[in-house]
Amino acid sequence: MSTAETGTTGTGTTGTGTPASRGDVGGEVVLDARGLARRYPAGRSGLRRRTVSAVDGVDLRLRAGEVLGVVGESGCGKSTLARMLVGLERPDAGTLSYRGTDVTRMGRAEHGVMRRGVQMVFQDPYASLDPRMTVEQVVTEPLAAARTGSRATRRQRAGELLELVGLSAGMLGRYPHQFSGGQRQRIGIARGLALEPSVLVCDEPVSALDVSVQAQVVNLLGRLRDELGLAVVFIAHDLSVVRHVADRVAVMYLGRLAEVGDAEPVFERPAHPYTRALLSASPSVDRTQRGRLGRREVLRGEPPSPADPPSGCRFRTRCPLAVEECSTDVPLLRRARGDADERLAACHRAEVLLGG
Amino acid sequence: MAVPSTVPPPSRAAHDPLLRVRGLRVAAGTGDEAVELVRGVDLDVGRGELVALLGESGSGKSVTARAVLGLGAPGMRTSADEMSLAGLDLTALTERQLRPLRGRRMALVVQDALSALNPVLSVGDQVGELVRVHTGASRRAARARAVELLAMVGIPGAAQRVRDYPHQFSGGMRQRILIAMAVALEPELLVADEPTTALDVTVQAQVLELLDGLRRDLGMGVLLITHDLGVVSEVADRVAVMYAGRVVEAGSADDVLVRPAHPYTRALLASVPQAATTAGALATIPGSPPVPAQTPPGCAFSPRCTWALPACSAEVPAPRRHDGAAGPRTSACIRSQEVLDEHR
Repeated sequence: MSTAETGTTGTGTTGTGTPASRGDVGGEVVLDARGLARRYPAGRSGLRRRTVSAVDGVDLRLRAGEVLGVVGESGCGKSTLARMLVGLERPDAGTLSYRGTDVTRMGRAEHGVMRRGVQMVFQDPYASLDPRMTVEQVVTEPLAAARTGSRATRRQRAGELLELVGLSAGMLGRYPHQFSGGQRQRIGIARGLALEPSVLVCDEPVSALDVSVQAQVVNLLGRLRDELGLAVVFIAHDLSVVRHVADRVAVMYLGRLAEVGDAEPVFERPAHPYTRALLSASPSVDRTQRGRLGRREVLRGEPPSPADPPSGCRFRTRCPLAVEECSTDVPLLRRARGDADERLAACHRAEVLLGG
Repeated sequence: MAVPSTVPPPSRAAHDPLLRVRGLRVAAGTGDEAVELVRGVDLDVGRGELVALLGESGSGKSVTARAVLGLGAPGMRTSADEMSLAGLDLTALTERQLRPLRGRRMALVVQDALSALNPVLSVGDQVGELVRVHTGASRRAARARAVELLAMVGIPGAAQRVRDYPHQFSGGMRQRILIAMAVALEPELLVADEPTTALDVTVQAQVLELLDGLRRDLGMGVLLITHDLGVVSEVADRVAVMYAGRVVEAGSADDVLVRPAHPYTRALLASVPQAATTAGALATIPGSPPVPAQTPPGCAFSPRCTWALPACSAEVPAPRRHDGAAGPRTSACIRSQEVLDEHR
């Protein structure tokens, strides 16, 4: 599998390197992941140690001022990927560079650079804020940990951060329970911004929020991207939200990228059968689209176990287009022949899909 | 159909509404501590009809669903002017009398399938137990029926898999097992409380399709509790929108989702991203839904509403009736006609 991964890396980087997408977002590359892989031990089978391959050879490039959406179903490895991107999890293989510095091995110095530059926003704003800390303590904790400034300057900075996310500096003395879910998520975002990172990795940032509150947080992230030139990794299972915020999208299936590229072609003209199936199964709010689910692409069988992934293309056991080649050769991320769009798909049959 | 009782319901549910609820109230706590969770809800579900009860957290939608089945947490008080299932007055029944109705005539599917299933019983035993208790069938017959039911909800190799335990099934499969148990006795009314919320979209699509097929084939009325506008749009015939314990708007899904008559429904629809609106900021609703103990006076949505007038916080607006393209509809807003007119 390792040889295949090297191949994936080569193709992936040349293609994704081209600046494109909404407007002219071609900013500096802030995060560059090549062939990232992560396996977890999963007990033994006889004398052999079994492992679950959560992420297997993922290439991603993130530029300043862009929102990269990561979608996929539960167990596809999107949260593991997020944790590797912020350095909470060490990859078993592959490299991760932050602003050109390889931070994969992470000595003490690189660790500090990474910590400041890449911050995370968590899914559950009820669990991710310490109930015994005031908002000031929550928001200034990263500054204190990084030994930045005096207490007074940190306090002032916390006030600015709250204003930045649409809360008022007068709320610094309050405790998390005095805030609603949407406000707590803003506090989580303010904490993430405290060290002025270049990258904010958001793992399902709106899934735990009420529908009427989600839009506030989605708009806030968009505004931060525009105003601060922040790069945002937006992980979500809600395709319509990702469609709305993302400049580029990565679709994951069982630890690998199925498709990655500009949001518009990926959503409108998918080049991977899994992307197509995923899109056709998500219900639309538009009532005139009723009956879509009845016409959806039905996937055969159940998702395979990541402890025992299929050979070749991991999607082939459920794919309506699978042929012999799919079980023998791992499909590399590539630009399909005749595809004018800025995106890559890991499918041997991408041309068939785009042609039909 | 959450039309007020003075309005004659029009559809096929008209002559024979399967479920008819008027003035349902549920309160938790006692005395000064009492908090009203549901504040006078009207609801109708016809045979073979799928009605969505749409609401955010704290809107009282799940409490409403459980109250219909006579299930309340300890310390909750339920009252209703009228609550009947196919003409049978549910309010007059004791717990002992209600019990045999659950499962046989009305059934509940909950969100969390893993905790709803018994981890130490095989799924065949669990589904079979239900059949044995309610119909007095033999073990052998109950097991055969369990296989049949699991096959009906699309579990591959049902005959072998009845011996498996809940942890051996995926999330989507477990949800199907719950649905199999709920429809085992072919109830007239199925109440499904966020049945697909924990599921991936491809699995959600399968479960929604299954529910849709079952109500068509078995003529079941389905009350679907959800916060997901996409799900409502895909499967609902009619929809009742709840906010802070009240139904604020009700009617055919074709009317409510296309031309909402209540500012809350309208704002909610505008705040979710749709394919047509990929660029720019989403419309937002200021603030957040109230917690039941701090429900604002008058119209509970008025503090967040861009249409609000001083009168809105003075009095709870009564549902107003309008003629929708697909039948009568109601909106509990004093400016509902203006909201409707703005669509033209």
